[in-house]
Amino acid sequence: MKFPGSGRSLRDVPAAMLFLVPNLALLFWFTYRPLIQSIRLSFVRWDLISPDKLNVGFANYTNWWADPVSRLALRNTAVFAVSTVALLLVGGLLFANALNNTHRSSRVASAALFAPYIVPGSVVAIGWYFIFDPKFGLLAAGLRGLGITSPNWYNRPGWAMGMVVLVHVWKHLGYTCVLFLAGLQAISPELYEAAKVDGAGWLATFRHVVLPGVKPTTVFVAVTSFLASMQAFDLIYVMTQGGPLDGTRTLSYQIYDEAFVRFRVGTASAVSTVLFVVLLLFTVVQLRVMDRKP
Amino acid sequence: MSTELTSETPLQARSTPIRSLMKSLTAYRVGRLTPGQLFAVLLAIALISLPTIWMVFASFKSRDEMYKLPLQIFPSSASTTNYQRALKQVPFPRLFLNSIATTLIATSVKVILGVCTAYALVFLKFPGRRLAFWFVVGSLMVPFEVVLIPNYVTVANLGWLNTWAAIIVPGLGVAFGTFLLYQSFRTLPTEIIEAARLDGVSRFGMLTRIVAPMSRPAIAAFALLTAVAKWNEYLWPRLVSTREIAATLPVGLTMLRDSEGVNEWGPIMAGAVLVAIPVFPLLLVAHRRLVEGLTGGVKG
Repeated sequence: MKFPGSGRSLRDVPAAMLFLVPNLALLFWFTYRPLIQSIRLSFVRWDLISPDKLNVGFANYTNWWADPVSRLALRNTAVFAVSTVALLLVGGLLFANALNNTHRSSRVASAALFAPYIVPGSVVAIGWYFIFDPKFGLLAAGLRGLGITSPNWYNRPGWAMGMVVLVHVWKHLGYTCVLFLAGLQAISPELYEAAKVDGAGWLATFRHVVLPGVKPTTVFVAVTSFLASMQAFDLIYVMTQGGPLDGTRTLSYQIYDEAFVRFRVGTASAVSTVLFVVLLLFTVVQLRVMDRKP
Repeated sequence: MSTELTSETPLQARSTPIRSLMKSLTAYRVGRLTPGQLFAVLLAIALISLPTIWMVFASFKSRDEMYKLPLQIFPSSASTTNYQRALKQVPFPRLFLNSIATTLIATSVKVILGVCTAYALVFLKFPGRRLAFWFVVGSLMVPFEVVLIPNYVTVANLGWLNTWAAIIVPGLGVAFGTFLLYQSFRTLPTEIIEAARLDGVSRFGMLTRIVAPMSRPAIAAFALLTAVAKWNEYLWPRLVSTREIAATLPVGLTMLRDSEGVNEWGPIMAGAVLVAIPVFPLLLVAHRRLVEGLTGGVKG
């Protein structure tokens, strides 16, 4: 980041203070201070209400790690994040590529795809939960039409995970699609023309023009989608409450559950510290790896 | 194929509005899409409209219709019983007021804070500017879950539970928006800024008379994104509003579900429709602005 003439003169200091201090103070008080507090809480035993906090060292971390449910939560978080991001990248790019034209119906379609992104998560979760109803849902009716009995999305851990993955993808597909559309519009039309002249088919054009062209967008989409997926909460909370049999319990859900249902603030803070570190590492690694020249 | 269809143009000479609408929706326009593109268009529209229509129709169905096999897509009557029941269970008008107030207040404050912060970081010279920039951007790396418990304790100790302040204040700090506006402000032509400075325009006047008006699209996009995020927020308002009267619409919907039980899909779908409706005018009016705001990060 370049800051021309930084710090040369002091004439702007009072104005800068006035403009900056409220926001910086809010960020300090409600973001950085809680971050420190959260790390400190991860070393105590506390029930959120009592005045006493008992210092327990690393016990919250070791107990968390020893608990088989935590391993499951880690696995669920990874499965959820990887499958949603993969589907969002592939689906978003394919839709964007097909809708990247000036045709009115394409614009209507991309606007339609975008709609779920701005609808409250609790509405999406509740509506889709009904659609997935194994007996009376729209999906069951559709599958019955094909001669298939609907799987029990409500009671089987694997299918429940599939359900929350699909709903998360449905809600966020329009967002990745508009980002890819913006990325595609930056590709020079001459490249498409050249591919056409060379007799390239759809696949060849996609591989040699589209994919290299949207690489920077892909990095951005992958990172933002990944961060959102790792922190997904609303859909899981409203649809499955982490169940059945902890089949959709992710780290995010575990933090909420430990703190506000079981009142084990220490454990919850330990998990949130782990989540913070994992996200930090992933972001750095992901940006490094994907930024490397092919 | 397209040449074949354009040979129909003489017909258009006597086209009525209805006919031209039909034309734009049918053969002539579709003819320019490849089969793959047409498939994508139809798939996208089906993916969004089928669940939506299903939900809306379900909200009008009677209990018997809901649980009758084979399933009926259309409700047999447009009964509003489910809506009346939903409105009786949860005070939706009050929740609507809570949602509107918290969204408007939070968005206005955040826009002002974001504009001021970005302005100072781009146009004012002071020691520690780089530090201030990274202080703002660095806070983006702190996940929401991490600050949840301490902020809950802070708000509870202040006695703010079940108030608008609890829903609004902890989220007021602007990090993403500052970054967005920072990117936009930096693209403004420096000559105009310099000329204004030489003319003796004050720092405040520079912000309100030059920088803000010139960056109106970016500010509008940021305001819209903030409003949508605030309106849709779930976990935080859920935690700090223990009583129905203090909740926002998305929270009220799950309160309705909890009080009705999972088998009463009719009133729950009616509630879902009530909560979703206010978002749609926004989609029609501001869809392009929203997309521009979101894609700013890609181009920048």
